[in-house]
Amino acid sequence: MAPLRVAEILAGIATGTAQDSDLPQRLVDACTRGLPVTGASMALMTDAGPAGTVAATDGPAATMEELQFTVGEGPCVDSSRTGRPVLAPDLAHTGPGRWPGFSAGALDAGIRAVFALPLQVGAVRVGALDLYRDMAGALSPEELVDALSFADAATAILLHLLGQQDRNDGSAPGTIPVLEDRAEVHQASGMVAEQAGVSLGQALVLLRARAYAAEQPIIEASREVLAGVVHFSSDPDGWIRDP
Amino acid sequence: MDGGTRRLAQVFVELADTLVEDFDVLDFLQMLTERCVELLQADAAGLMLADQRGGLQLMASSVERARLLELFELQHEEGPCLDSYATGAAITNIDLTESRERWPRFTAAAEAAGFGATHALPMRLRGQVIGALNLFTDRPVRLGADDLAVGQAMADVATIGLLQKRTLREQTILSEQLQSALNSRVLVEQAKGMLASRASISVAEAFTRMRSHARRNGLALTTVASSVVDGSIDARALTGA
Repeated sequence: MAPLRVAEILAGIATGTAQDSDLPQRLVDACTRGLPVTGASMALMTDAGPAGTVAATDGPAATMEELQFTVGEGPCVDSSRTGRPVLAPDLAHTGPGRWPGFSAGALDAGIRAVFALPLQVGAVRVGALDLYRDMAGALSPEELVDALSFADAATAILLHLLGQQDRNDGSAPGTIPVLEDRAEVHQASGMVAEQAGVSLGQALVLLRARAYAAEQPIIEASREVLAGVVHFSSDPDGWIRDP
Repeated sequence: MDGGTRRLAQVFVELADTLVEDFDVLDFLQMLTERCVELLQADAAGLMLADQRGGLQLMASSVERARLLELFELQHEEGPCLDSYATGAAITNIDLTESRERWPRFTAAAEAAGFGATHALPMRLRGQVIGALNLFTDRPVRLGADDLAVGQAMADVATIGLLQKRTLREQTILSEQLQSALNSRVLVEQAKGMLASRASISVAEAFTRMRSHARRNGLALTTVASSVVDGSIDARALTGA
């Protein structure tokens, strides 16, 4: 099932002497090996907006990201803005009508199909994984499933990198946690965001750090927050356990 | 046409009417579960959809209760919905006092939630199964063949609507919509937590308020959730049902 596939992808990437900073490049490289695509790139988003290209497998992949900024349109832009995947299997046909500026530049670079996958956890947008092909053609349902697993792995990596500062370097690469997709975790993130007066993205980082520090699964930490057993206080700064 | 039949007809028109290109998948599935409870006199209904990654995710449920949530979530791994999804067959009139051996964790959770019987109806069209509709009753009553036929018909209408678009472009759109709906569900959960904390209410109450507000103002649930998250809606605006 899916979480196993994501864990498998992450395990394949975070090997040996991999540094945290290597992970995005390794992920995009793994995409091109594991999926029927020619190249891939990963873009970062922060609370303040798009924050640049994190990794790209080749020239055209990098071009795909740059075009977002120079022409301000394209499947990647639409995907980031709406939080919805944008699948364009035949850019030469559907591109010019939909994204004239982007298509001109992309077709010029040899790109014939683009699959833009947002990297997100609900309202928390951390980036985008953009895949391209040098020939037109859609991903089959099975290939799409796999592409989505790569996107989940990319999300896990970016969340892991986001949490670096808050983590006193507890977890080493090779143990990148995959976020548990449980309603309680998302609800607890919302509560923490409100309690701490921070964005949902920051709340997610705080919640994961708390779970790690307390040596408990994130679902347990989430339940404690939901039950009011634990809450985040801004003065003094930190977690308070209610008696 | 008697009152019951008229209501049934109204619901089918409502379902068919909603299935145009830009509809909100989450709202649609939510509505479906509520109508099922109404028409079939069930006590709860949930809709699990294949997440295009090999698993089932809870997309909508008629009732918001912590134990109910757990009951649906664990069906990612075990339970009638998973079996129905895997086989494409309806699994009906399951007496929860007798299903412990078949689905131990599911049965324990269902009993803890106070249910006596359950049914899982596949969302299926010509060999493609995209999820399952799960019904629960408090008492271990059997649903008759007529009721089950109505339930399956509702699941079928929903499936047809979601799968009817056959061209490549439209299948692509459906995949995009389904992924978006899955993410919207997460967004709704995040919003519930934020609103609960902001207004000092329970998570369930927060959900009720968001839904009421959406309904009253003709907004998609996802839109209201976004507004809660970005703070553009005042918690005071979300007064109770």
